[in-house]
Amino acid sequence: MPLRTSRARRARLSLLTAGTASLALLATACGGSGAGGSSSAPENFDYLSVTENTTVKTALTAMSKGECKAANDALPLKVETVPQASLDQKLQLLAGQDALPVQFAAGNAPALTQQLVKSGKVADLEAKLKELGVLDQLEPAAVSTIKALYGGELQVLPYEYNIEGIFYNKKVFADNGIKVPGTWEELVSAAAKLEAKGVQPFSASGQQGWPLTRLISGYLYRSLGPDALQKVADGKAKLTDPEYVKAAEEVAALGKKGYFGKGVGSIDYDTAMNQFLTGKAAMFYMGSWALANISDDKQNKIGAEDTGFMPFPAVTGGKGSVDQYPSNVGLGITFASKSFDKKTGAWVSCIAKNYGSTALKDHGSISGFKVNTEVKDANEVTTQVRDTISASKQNVLWFEALFSTKATTVSQQNAAGLVSGSTSPEQFMQTVQDALAAQ
Amino acid sequence: MHRVLGDRRAIALLLGPALLVYSLIMLVPMVWSLGYSFTKGNTINGFTGNGVANFSRLLDDPAVHDALWFTLKYAVVVTAGQVVAGYLLALLYVFFLKRASALVRTLVFFPVVLPTVAVGLLFQKFFQVAPQTGPVNSLLNAVGIDSIDFFGSAGSAFWVLIAMDIWRSMGFYAVLLFAGLVDIPDEVLESARLDGATGLRLVRHIVLPLSLPVLMSSLIFSINGTLKVFDSIVALTNGGPGTGTTPLTLYMFQTSFTYSDYGYGSTIALLLTVVCLLVSLVVYRVSRRDLTEG
Repeated sequence: MPLRTSRARRARLSLLTAGTASLALLATACGGSGAGGSSSAPENFDYLSVTENTTVKTALTAMSKGECKAANDALPLKVETVPQASLDQKLQLLAGQDALPVQFAAGNAPALTQQLVKSGKVADLEAKLKELGVLDQLEPAAVSTIKALYGGELQVLPYEYNIEGIFYNKKVFADNGIKVPGTWEELVSAAAKLEAKGVQPFSASGQQGWPLTRLISGYLYRSLGPDALQKVADGKAKLTDPEYVKAAEEVAALGKKGYFGKGVGSIDYDTAMNQFLTGKAAMFYMGSWALANISDDKQNKIGAEDTGFMPFPAVTGGKGSVDQYPSNVGLGITFASKSFDKKTGAWVSCIAKNYGSTALKDHGSISGFKVNTEVKDANEVTTQVRDTISASKQNVLWFEALFSTKATTVSQQNAAGLVSGSTSPEQFMQTVQDALAAQ
Repeated sequence: MHRVLGDRRAIALLLGPALLVYSLIMLVPMVWSLGYSFTKGNTINGFTGNGVANFSRLLDDPAVHDALWFTLKYAVVVTAGQVVAGYLLALLYVFFLKRASALVRTLVFFPVVLPTVAVGLLFQKFFQVAPQTGPVNSLLNAVGIDSIDFFGSAGSAFWVLIAMDIWRSMGFYAVLLFAGLVDIPDEVLESARLDGATGLRLVRHIVLPLSLPVLMSSLIFSINGTLKVFDSIVALTNGGPGTGTTPLTLYMFQTSFTYSDYGYGSTIALLLTVVCLLVSLVVYRVSRRDLTEG
């Protein structure tokens, strides 16, 4: 009997031990997220970016050893990257755990950034920049683009400032007697002429989808005016209205004639860029960020001097004009509210003062920060784009700019089907409109 | 031993930790996920009650209908393909190659150990049309047929996917069924042969009934695996073109984590669970009946 009790006691004891051990394990597992809790001073200048974007990362690293050395000594720069396609998931998880890094790429669509702002996780940049006295380091055009995108607030920094248009191969145009098209009809006939000569007229990434939907929005802005997509966002117009479907029809017609080449749905971003830069395609709708590739002799086999830039052509009788360029600030990059302390502030003011010239000098990349040290342009097309940016008065956005995340994905996923003919223009616009209505 | 297992405290002690861990990592998240089906929102905005709105949306959502139909179509075709190809291979091993089958078995099994993503990329390149013409299209060109953009339409992308998944997993089912076939006593086969049963008749009347139990477990394995297919589709087509090859799992993933609508995502997950449960029940029922008959 005494033996049994002692065994039972031992058993109870070991059960207790096991229980405590597993509880302890759980506790450590929960507490392991590290940066949790409110307003903790950051130990590093953590920057979460996307793998695809190397410019900001490299420029910041260069600055951490140069102009921003003091800020970097106080708060060392630490870069972490995720593939762009999984950025939104990562941000949601981090935001849910209250563990957002000091500086981060704020999502693939402005809709997500606005959610983060609404929940108070993002620093009020306008106030912070004013406090630091560097608000005037931002180009006014860039600020107005950000405000148009992010519900009237300065929610991200303009690490890039891009306008979009069509890059073309000057030599191929000259060889085939084509002058720069000023209207959509001229663009279509130029494409027909090129196709007849055996030159692929356009290169575009159907895998990404957006290079194709940009053509739809380009047509819409020219035919219906700069507020065409704002009306859709406000519910005053639908994508299924005949004048909107017309734009999808025009783009689908280009695809039907084979102007985008074979298997457009499988072409990824780099391949599309490569097709243009190696002279296999005559035209390439892209943003001015492509100047970095165009200025790179290793990538650009046709040569920067033979690369031209033209605005999206006019639509005859349309309400828009060719000097309204689609503009954006690239991947929005912002700051977490809780870790924005004095040391972070030192970094921010250093970035605001020096990023513009560093990015332009090292990468040929145009940002929305003022260029404080004069940089000589690498080539003519860069100068042309910079002049266009500083001369532009009114800018427009892109097709999905005001869409929800879901509608953005749906639109970009179905774009390749639109030009390959497996989805009709009406179907395409209907699918996107449904996705817009769903949220 | 009996005395120990008769003691309630001993049982609690032995089962307790395992049960605790199981509940924490399996049951709690399942119930939690069920709870999410009645909410709206995400980790950034927080969650609010949403009643049964997600369920009525599930019934009306054409994307769910398409995804469910695709999932079932895919599961049936791949399961049939996997098990039939596996069975034929197993027959080949046992009756034709006999002792020499080890090398062939290893070769056929090889794709099973390859990472799915690698296989996906392999097939992408195999069937691609641009920027370079892939081997399959080169072959078509050689015999005078124009290149086909296999990933340009949902129909052809589906068949590439089917071919890939059958190629990838038939080795596994071949080995599984091979084990079942080896178990058939030689005397039975011998006496059937003496009675004049050869070739197809031997397979139809002797081999098939005797290997039915292992065939049924292969079916259950296969159908449950294929209903939950995710990685091979993400690697090969990522649900495209458009949503032409999007199964329920991928739609659920996108809804929850890309569109950050966790509530509706959980509802889709629930639908998938119910489908898996129903299919398993049906297969169990059918297999049990057949076993008692055989």
